[in-house]
Amino acid sequence: MLGLEKKDFRLLLIVIGLTLFAPFILNPFPAGSELAQFNAGYPDLMQRFVIFGIFAIGFNILFGLTGYLSFGHAAFLGVGSYSAVWMFKLLSMNVLPAIILSVIISGLFALVIGFVSLRRSGIYFSILTLAFAQMSFALAYSVLTPITGGETGLQLALDDPRVLGAAQTASGNIPVPALFGLEMRSSYEMSVGAWTFTFNAGYYLAALIMVLSFYLAIRIFRSPFGMMLRAIKSNQTRMSYTGLNARPYTLAAFVISGMYAGLAGGLMASMDPLAGAERMQWTASGEVVLMTILGGAGTLIGPVLGAGMIKYFENIFSKINSQILHDWFGFLPDGLEDFVVTLIYPFVGKGWHLTLGIVFMLVVIFLPGGLVQGGQKIAAAFRRKKSEKASSGATKPAE
Amino acid sequence: MGILEVKGINKRFGGLQALGDVNLSVEENTVHAIIGPNGAGKSTLLNVLVGKLIPDSGSVMFDGQSVLGRKPHEINQMGISRVFQTPEIFSDLTVFENVMIPCFAKRDGAFRMHAISSVMSEKGIRAQAEEILADVNMLEKRDVVTSSLSRGDKRRLEMAMCLVQDPKLLLLDEPTAGMARADTENTINLLKEIRTKRGITMAIIEHDMNVVFSLAERITVLAQGTPLVEDIPENIKGHPKVREAYLGEAQV
Amino acid sequence: MDQFILQILNGLDKGSAYALIALGLTLIFGTLGVVNFAHGALFMMGAFCAVTVSKLLTLSHKVVDETRTDFLGNPLQVDVPYLHDLFGPALGDRLIDWAVPISILFAIPVMIGIGFIMERGLIKHFYKRPHADQILVTFGLAIVLQEVIKYYYGANPIPTPAPEAFKGSFDFGVMIGFDANAIIYPYWRLVYFFFSLLVIGAVFAFLQFTTFGMVVRAGMADRETVGILGIDIDKRFTIMFGIAAAVAGLAGVMYVPINPPNYHMGMDFLVLSFVVVVVGGMGSLPGAVAAGFLLGILESFASTSWAVNLLPGINQVIIYLVAIIILLTRPRGLMGRKGVMEE
Repeated sequence: MLGLEKKDFRLLLIVIGLTLFAPFILNPFPAGSELAQFNAGYPDLMQRFVIFGIFAIGFNILFGLTGYLSFGHAAFLGVGSYSAVWMFKLLSMNVLPAIILSVIISGLFALVIGFVSLRRSGIYFSILTLAFAQMSFALAYSVLTPITGGETGLQLALDDPRVLGAAQTASGNIPVPALFGLEMRSSYEMSVGAWTFTFNAGYYLAALIMVLSFYLAIRIFRSPFGMMLRAIKSNQTRMSYTGLNARPYTLAAFVISGMYAGLAGGLMASMDPLAGAERMQWTASGEVVLMTILGGAGTLIGPVLGAGMIKYFENIFSKINSQILHDWFGFLPDGLEDFVVTLIYPFVGKGWHLTLGIVFMLVVIFLPGGLVQGGQKIAAAFRRKKSEKASSGATKPAE
Repeated sequence: MGILEVKGINKRFGGLQALGDVNLSVEENTVHAIIGPNGAGKSTLLNVLVGKLIPDSGSVMFDGQSVLGRKPHEINQMGISRVFQTPEIFSDLTVFENVMIPCFAKRDGAFRMHAISSVMSEKGIRAQAEEILADVNMLEKRDVVTSSLSRGDKRRLEMAMCLVQDPKLLLLDEPTAGMARADTENTINLLKEIRTKRGITMAIIEHDMNVVFSLAERITVLAQGTPLVEDIPENIKGHPKVREAYLGEAQV
Repeated sequence: MDQFILQILNGLDKGSAYALIALGLTLIFGTLGVVNFAHGALFMMGAFCAVTVSKLLTLSHKVVDETRTDFLGNPLQVDVPYLHDLFGPALGDRLIDWAVPISILFAIPVMIGIGFIMERGLIKHFYKRPHADQILVTFGLAIVLQEVIKYYYGANPIPTPAPEAFKGSFDFGVMIGFDANAIIYPYWRLVYFFFSLLVIGAVFAFLQFTTFGMVVRAGMADRETVGILGIDIDKRFTIMFGIAAAVAGLAGVMYVPINPPNYHMGMDFLVLSFVVVVVGGMGSLPGAVAAGFLLGILESFASTSWAVNLLPGINQVIIYLVAIIILLTRPRGLMGRKGVMEE
């Protein structure tokens, strides 16, 4: 189907299903109930899930396939955001040209940085990308203020030209980003019994683009190009003695993943039309590294899961406070309750970074294939147990 | 005029003369062995031939073109393939993928963007890869990830990866080093088979005299960075200079 | 000329911190072959050793002071540090005032201990794994360490002053014959500079003049050969890791009065220290030290109004720019050995 093998096509269908029904899946608790604060199905967060999913899918094309660990990918995301906001300022509030421009500009930016950085490999490559990204961040924050808005970030204003659109709405406000009139922030709310589900235009646009990006990533993974990239990770010596030039391959992968990052940045600006330098900081680059590794570098679905997991931690898991913990463990005797709560408290709520760091370390140490590999291992163990049972059951009568 | 012409190669590392005025000519359609005691400059010579080292002076011509200053992948594209002392294969990939990659390299050159088409839709490449795997008796292992192969299988796979490119010259760097007796015999047989079936020109660098004398049609003896003698195997065996160079190391 | 000297002096304190962190990074990289992204966290832990000591020293109990009243007219409750009870007010205050230097004594064993635990518990298992894995796992560790610190000490910077005797500045210009007020330099920064020289000197002397150091240096040059000699190099490398951790920790302890420590100061310094290591040359100890001071001073020069007017933004990017240029033109760095991590 669509040029995919059966297994990959099934994976694509699962991703389509998940993104399509995300407003339901992420809102399992009735509105107004105590647990409603753990609902993740609100537009802002759902948008972030898919946008960071795109970012991680792109990063995985570089790191997962070639093994080149970039610590500066946030720079491309930032460039994408700036380009999109400029498009909103100068051209119109239509998100399409904004997104296209952000992909092109970040691609060019990645071409320049990649061309230089890829002259080295291993840790030198990581540090070069880190240095470039920090440089971009520092410049965006200070000297480039006319282009980037500096500390306050780049924002829309009432006197922006917007040559193909209105500078301001009839009521004198700044117009909002839209796709041919469909406003990104517009939502449709559906109530089913006690539950409320929100369907947001911006989310569905971002989700559609993520599905397309995911499809493209599958094609790249299964293509001869993808195979070459894996070969580079595996053995560069053999690569060159086979008559292949590794550098254009890695550069192409670098630019593609930079364009993915720019796409994510452009989408981010389309959902909320402002861009700040902090999006380019190296901690932001570190975040996409965490997402990709956590989910499973080199696997197709891993980065998407990793992105979802980290964003869920950041926005939902972080809400658990000691009061909630006391509620949860209220069934325990008082002394034990306090003890359990004190034990767990550092790891939840504001301490979510700590849990994330520990999980990440465990994954790097024990599961180089990330959570996807973990899931596969568990599934395999179950299957083995089942077949053992089946076989022991089958052999018994023969005895 | 041989397919590979090495003329007056000199290479110094600091104060050490690694290669001194090396002349060598590998004729087309022969198996040419380069032997010599440890430190004779065999590896240095090989590294010059594949573009990893650039000599201080001299020329290396392959098929009428100069090899010097070209990168390893360019030299491979000229038609030289290399088998390493320890097999260099893509250890995270399957056997089948390992042999498909050289097929792509041979067909498409050093770089081509095939980012959207599927590997599996490349019928010609797959047929080629299957054929070579059948040739080296590895077809049943085609979906095995190569890091789990035995050493002998890795060696055979590496040969297959070189052969599938149909090279004009196959360079072998101690192909049986560190192998058990049985594996060495298997490798010799495999090479003999390749030789008779495909008529490929080979240059072998080897330590093991057994291997050398079962395969080579011409032998160059290297000592202290300079060729001592070049002749057919029969004449090399009893050559006094060779015995002297080896100081009884090889009991031939 | 006075401006010139001023900029060099200004670069010294940051340069000292870079040099100390880079020295530890290089010790770890050179001996164990491990790229340690958690090294900045060790610097931060050192700084929080100082915070801890200063908190411990000021631990107090409440005493009612009959002679004074609060604004409601009740007798005033004052905090009296336990140290006053132990040593009397004069010596007690003295000790509290000298909290930061005293922390050194506390930080050395603590940091060496942390280093041992890190190496034995985690790093050891990563010797044979790719550098990318080492970067990732130590990056994870750095996150964990800084979150632990954040949990106990909060997210805000904790001001911890230098001893009274070293507060304020002095006029260095007058001392070397310039006009008054031309070169004003804070005392503590000078202390920091000399302290770092002392630590660097101690590390080099240790490596140069002890048998232990000789073996470690031999191991840095060629690990296998030393292994063949039957020397248990692993145990020595563990100790080296402890020492590297202590060096980073000491750099952190003494940096506290210059910049109030917060939980993410380590990450901020880490990025720059890595750049320093690369510029100095992976695996070269003198290179790390030289590059540390050099980049600190360069950064200070780039921050002058003259440089900023000439090239806007240069102060922000100078270090990265130097690193990029060095990496591309001379991949082994200023003083790096050939073949270390080159392709």
